[in-house]
Amino acid sequence: MNLSNLSVGLSTYLLVGAMLFSIGLYGVFAKRNIIAILMSIELMLNAVNINFVAFNRFVWNQKSGTNYILTGHVAALFVIVVAAAEVAVGLALVITIYRNRQSTNVDEFNWLKW
Amino acid sequence: MFKEMHDLFRWAWLIPALPFLSFLLIAFVTKRSKGLSSTVSILAILASLGLAIAIAIGIIQSGAEIVEHAAIVNVNWLNIGGLKIDFGTVVDPLSGMMLFVVSLVASMVQIYSLGYMHGDKGWSRYYCYQSLFAASMLGMVLATNLLQLFIFWELVGLCSYLLIGFWYFKVSAREAAKKAFMTTRVGDFGLLLGMLFLYTKFGTLDFATLAAILNTNIQNVAVIGTASYVTVMAFLVFMGPVGKSGQFPLHVWLPDAMEGPTPVSALIHAATMVVAGVYLVARMYFLFVHASPSALQFVADIGAFTAIFAASIAIAQDDIKRILAYSTLSQLGYMMFALGVGSYSGSMFHLMTHAFFKALMFLGAGSVIHALHEKQNIWDMGGLWKKMPITGWTFFIGVMAISGVPPFAGFFSKDEILATALQNGHPVVYAVGLFTAFLTAFYMSRLFFVAFCGPEKPENHPHESPWSMTIPLIILAFFSVVGGWAALPDHNFAFFLHYLPLGQEYEREAINWGLAGISVIAGLLGIGLAYIIYLKKAIAAESIVARFPRVYKVLQNKYYVDEFYLWIINNIMGGVAKVLYWFDIYVIDGIINGIAFITRGSAKTLRRTSTGQLQTYAMVFFFAVVIIFMVFAFGEGQLTSLNPLATLGGVK
Repeated sequence: MNLSNLSVGLSTYLLVGAMLFSIGLYGVFAKRNIIAILMSIELMLNAVNINFVAFNRFVWNQKSGTNYILTGHVAALFVIVVAAAEVAVGLALVITIYRNRQSTNVDEFNWLKW
Repeated sequence: MFKEMHDLFRWAWLIPALPFLSFLLIAFVTKRSKGLSSTVSILAILASLGLAIAIAIGIIQSGAEIVEHAAIVNVNWLNIGGLKIDFGTVVDPLSGMMLFVVSLVASMVQIYSLGYMHGDKGWSRYYCYQSLFAASMLGMVLATNLLQLFIFWELVGLCSYLLIGFWYFKVSAREAAKKAFMTTRVGDFGLLLGMLFLYTKFGTLDFATLAAILNTNIQNVAVIGTASYVTVMAFLVFMGPVGKSGQFPLHVWLPDAMEGPTPVSALIHAATMVVAGVYLVARMYFLFVHASPSALQFVADIGAFTAIFAASIAIAQDDIKRILAYSTLSQLGYMMFALGVGSYSGSMFHLMTHAFFKALMFLGAGSVIHALHEKQNIWDMGGLWKKMPITGWTFFIGVMAISGVPPFAGFFSKDEILATALQNGHPVVYAVGLFTAFLTAFYMSRLFFVAFCGPEKPENHPHESPWSMTIPLIILAFFSVVGGWAALPDHNFAFFLHYLPLGQEYEREAINWGLAGISVIAGLLGIGLAYIIYLKKAIAAESIVARFPRVYKVLQNKYYVDEFYLWIINNIMGGVAKVLYWFDIYVIDGIINGIAFITRGSAKTLRRTSTGQLQTYAMVFFFAVVIIFMVFAFGEGQLTSLNPLATLGGVK
């Protein structure tokens, strides 16, 4: 058994990304605690990041004749930065809501209703 | 010669424009000043009168040429799509005569009103309306097309409404004004339909063009049932005159219109506006001639019936103005049947003479009412001739004129109508006309003998009216005497009136003294009978009433026409209204309320879907995206046209 020949294909990465995304999606739909929802959103964003990086590794770049170009990494970095900003804003909102409602349960946050 | 006259005729538009200017001036500038308002108004109408006289003289001098080629000036007013409407003036013998009559009576009435309306609070308003009326009436006379005529026709109706309800604080005046406006509206509706019909069929409303079209293609193929198009048009157009000129069955408004000031009754409801209908029929005479004979026969029948119907009512009335009002109706019927039997010139002649003597009598009645402080019942009067000599004498002339006693004006015009009726083969109409002449003489003399002769009433202290009121009486009396001489042989004015509308040869007919004698005898009989009953009291009026109590009651109640209309309105129209009300409440409103109910109900249900839960929204959003993706990905291209990627050359 040659471990060096044991390659992991693109679909494996995409499968991991999809699973991660689905877990995140489930969390967003089903969780009641707003902090947990924010964390689920982070999961979804990271699933996307995995996809970016995986595509970057496996897609052949014709111009440079190599596949080591960092486009996907840059995109993933952007996503991480934006996610950090989003979490900062999201947590600030959560704190404000908590101060008003004494709760982090989204079932009680129904003031978008009619 | 004719050319220079045409230059004069070009200025005919000034005749209505001057009073209209005065209307604007009074309404916007001088209304605070009573003296200035009346001065402006009277000066304007006198200027119009002067111009009208100049034009009338011009017409007489132009002779036959003006009949062949009327002086028409048209200015384009409106041009939308295929619809082209002109405003213009037409000067021909017909309009020339009307211009003279209208401006003369209007100026007399305005001068008279200086005395009659003295001290009235609405003085400026009164002269404002008077000016507007004069402007609209003169504009109507000069109209070159049916639409222009209709606009002014409605304007005079408006002025009539305003002036009947001039003393708007009186309930009866308000009611009478509304009644007049709405009753004439019934007729106007028919006229409007007729206009639309004419326009769709011939594509023009211009009198001259219409006449030319009708004269060239007489065969009217198109028919509705058994009546030709032209006949239907004639009947529809005739509805307008029925309302405006108070022909049966739309006559009910005119007697009630006497609620207005008496000079208004004299001007609008005796001399000018009510003859607008007769004038319209005369203007549109070509239409009636080309329609089937039944159209003119219908005009004659309605006219003759109105004449005798109104005359019989007048016998049993006690209010001086109402007697005159029914007399006016009767005389309008006379003019109408004159047109119906083909006495075109006779009708116009009678229109003119009637305007003179009826305006005279109305103003005389106003003078009496003024002197007796608003007493209108003739039995409260008596012996006024001695106290009010000018009013008495002029009224006497008016009575003689309307009774058809020579040489007063009414004799000539009435005689011409009756003679033509007999000549053209309408013996029944002739008999009705003759009997009406007898009745007319009877009730007018009854009025005169009761009010002006006999013993004086001690409670009355009449005095002769001021000069401003008596001078118009004298002028109108003068015309009531000489107005009829136009028909005398070898008088130039005869041509003016003997205008034939269809290019027939003009023939001067001498008066048939035999026929004339019969109508004079009828008139004298009426006067004599009134003399015996009301002055000599050889036959007591009460005993006649006692012998025919039912007849008297029916006459005094005007054949219960008003009551009949009221019954119709209360029962039939009320019933229909109830059904329609039910329909409105339960069906129309039901539909509207149903729509509202459904909207509200569905909204109530659907708003449950917006829970306010962000998670729900996100889930719906996600699955919607999934479904849309599935549709585009696996839908075999049914929705490719909706697919934004497909249009860009993307997936599938």
